[in-house]
Amino acid sequence: MSSAVVGALPVEPRQHYLNVRYGVGSWLLTVDHKRIAILYLIGVTFFFAIGGVFAALIRMELLTPPGDLFLSETYNRLFTTHGVMMVFFFMIPAIPSVLGNFLIPMMIGAKDLAFPRINLLSWYLYMIGGLIALWALIHGGVDTGWTFYTPYSTVYSNGWVVVTAVGIFLAGFSSILTGLNFLVTIHTMRAPGMTWRRLPLFVWAHYATSIIQLLGTPVIAITLLLVGAERLFHLGIFDPRQGGDPVLFQHLFWFYSHPAVYIMILPAMGVISELVTGMSRKPVFGYKFIAGSSLAIAVLSFLVWGHHMFVSGQSVYAGLVFSILSFLVAIPSAIKVFNWTATLYKGSVSYQTPMLYALGFIGLFTIGGLTGLFLASLGLDIHVHDTYFIIAHFHYIMVGGTIMGYLGGLHYWWPKISGKLYPEAWARVSAWVIFLGFNLTFFPQFILGYLGMPRRYHAYPAEFQVLNVMSTAGASILGIGYMIPLVYFFWSMRYGKTAPANPWGATGLEWQTPSPPPTENFPVTPVVTREPYDYLTKEEPAVG
Amino acid sequence: MPLFPDQASTFAPHVDALYLFLVCLTAFFSLLIGTLVVVFAIKYRRRAENEVPDLVHESGLLEMTWTVIPFLITMVLFVWSSWVYFRITRPPREAMDVYVTGKQWMWKLQHANGRMEMNELHVPVGRAVRLTMASEDVIHSFYIPAFRFKRDVVPGRFATAWFEATRPGRYHLFCAQYCGTRHSNMIGWVHVLTPADYQAWLSGGVLGESLASAGAKRFVENACNTCHAEKPGARGPSLNAIFGKVQRLQGGQTVVVDEAYLRESIVNPQAKLVEGYPSIMPTYQGLISEEGLLQLVAYVKSLSPAPAAPPVAAPAPPAPGERKAATK
Repeated sequence: MSSAVVGALPVEPRQHYLNVRYGVGSWLLTVDHKRIAILYLIGVTFFFAIGGVFAALIRMELLTPPGDLFLSETYNRLFTTHGVMMVFFFMIPAIPSVLGNFLIPMMIGAKDLAFPRINLLSWYLYMIGGLIALWALIHGGVDTGWTFYTPYSTVYSNGWVVVTAVGIFLAGFSSILTGLNFLVTIHTMRAPGMTWRRLPLFVWAHYATSIIQLLGTPVIAITLLLVGAERLFHLGIFDPRQGGDPVLFQHLFWFYSHPAVYIMILPAMGVISELVTGMSRKPVFGYKFIAGSSLAIAVLSFLVWGHHMFVSGQSVYAGLVFSILSFLVAIPSAIKVFNWTATLYKGSVSYQTPMLYALGFIGLFTIGGLTGLFLASLGLDIHVHDTYFIIAHFHYIMVGGTIMGYLGGLHYWWPKISGKLYPEAWARVSAWVIFLGFNLTFFPQFILGYLGMPRRYHAYPAEFQVLNVMSTAGASILGIGYMIPLVYFFWSMRYGKTAPANPWGATGLEWQTPSPPPTENFPVTPVVTREPYDYLTKEEPAVG
Repeated sequence: MPLFPDQASTFAPHVDALYLFLVCLTAFFSLLIGTLVVVFAIKYRRRAENEVPDLVHESGLLEMTWTVIPFLITMVLFVWSSWVYFRITRPPREAMDVYVTGKQWMWKLQHANGRMEMNELHVPVGRAVRLTMASEDVIHSFYIPAFRFKRDVVPGRFATAWFEATRPGRYHLFCAQYCGTRHSNMIGWVHVLTPADYQAWLSGGVLGESLASAGAKRFVENACNTCHAEKPGARGPSLNAIFGKVQRLQGGQTVVVDEAYLRESIVNPQAKLVEGYPSIMPTYQGLISEEGLLQLVAYVKSLSPAPAAPPVAAPAPPAPGERKAATK
């Protein structure tokens, strides 16, 4: 994947997207996809920090069996706020909005996304939605859990459910618009020679993600409207006293929220595909299979929602169908893991930080994926449903997956984004701290779940304490692990070494333009003449 | 520190066998991937900045292998876990009944003879127990980890499920579905007693009215008996010996008379009208409490000869490999 661009060495302060204009207005009114990516970076970091603080408070309460640190009302608000912030305002937007926004146009050789102003609108919707939800959760208090199950949420809860729903509703439109923007961009704005079979796997993963965002998000929007309508106008859609059906809500909610898991994990898989090939300088093993499995996951993700209702009393036959489909969705994920592993074989494998995150991802994702089989198993799910087993499973797969992918990608492309190198030694230390802290936090929760500790318990029987103490200890380590990159990324913006155009010697159009890139991305529109990940034909890279 | 929960029901060994198999499977694949990653990591580490790795050809055979093997494994799991599931969903006919009402934040349990308890359940060892459960407010979930037993109790309908305890002892009872402020206080104990101890317990304490006779009173209070009169020309269908039978509906469909159907016929009588009867019954939605509904259902059941309990859920197809498939 070469281009006609020859990187002329910069003489004096070269003009690039960061220094082309200054001032608050130049950021808040920008339509440059790279600057909007930075705006998103600030937004998701903020909401991640909020969600993280609430996680820390939850773990502090669970250090001891009785509910002695907070009132039950407070504890229920803590886990609701943690869930809403992390799911809707960190994990769903994180990789597409930051890395996808920055990289998709560059990877396909375009100057920007197809609709730059809509891209900015997406950010405003996201921020306004996030701030409204945060205000409602903290000022008003919501205790329904992030799942808003009816009739508790529509009839019994006293919190600001409707205001929170408005925030999520707005963020949903941000997600829809971003997905639409990516789809149109990938279809219409590829550089000459960038055929579908030459698309980087990161772009393929985002293509699949965008389909889910576009088709799934409207359903959660409708569902939240119905919840609001029932709370405010007592419409009787979900409330059984008026002939409504509480389980209908679960169907609607999970019809979006299960695919949403793949909105979180597919972009991370795209990042890992880039990291594994780039850091082992080898063509990816099974390009077609990795790209195809992203699409298979996108399709199957819409057909498995019923596995969230195995104990709700849905029909035995529905249970069987959802069980077999849930087993099937595991297969494309397995294909990806095997292909990544095979890519390392006979590679030139570097162990800089991005690779540590990629391998960490493979580890967490393997455990997260395999424990998913426990939950697809009808007879076994009855026991572990709504226990800490589920908590552990979805943290491994969604949180482990998304955060490893997000941080790995952030390190890999940080030189391109900021024009500076991050401190390698610190970065490696923090990658290890995060990996170990994560496992110490969540592995004991598998055991807790099988022992029978239900989720969302403010107080718990004493025999569960040792495992809970381990989990809290792990969470402390994990918290420190997350803070280290926050410090050194800031530090590197001022003190980091200047990054070359292609610090990893990687293929891909984004590495063919200077770091940081000019506003128009490429001085001359690149022409693609080679296959993706063509590391074997020796001719480039001219590092620097 | 316990690592494994008590095993105290007939389901538990089946669920645990599946669990242990999956733990081994997870360990195997995690170690396989982990080992490959570490070995490749060391063996093919970058030795020179400019090295060019060997060309590795893609292999269709390899792709096929790691698609087909996981597929086969998941299908084995599907069949196995569905078989376990069918055991859990189909109650034996001779089960004893216990009626459960969940409300924020307590469980109320009633035995057929009228003995009532709060957040405690006494059951005999070695006898199937069928729970008919209702919620007065939000969704709750009746969870006994030692039995590997859980069932959501959704308001507006009955949930029925069963278990059989195998070991005397005291086990946790949890509410597993988040139900509001004091969700984690909606807990209690299940006491599994030997048959003799159970009989002693059952006849001790203050005995209330039996559920069926309380139901009979409500039947009169709500004037059900004016139409459901057991005589020719009555305006409502006879309720004698109908439980477990197949009832013909208007339009030619049929329905098995179970707890769910009886409940629906009280709160929403127009939904499934019995053939040959006019649509004149008013709805009792909101007029009879969940407990009242349970009592009425117990009363109607008492009008039918004893061993007539129908299947709990929708009739299940024969599970793969199960011999007792047609329990008649």
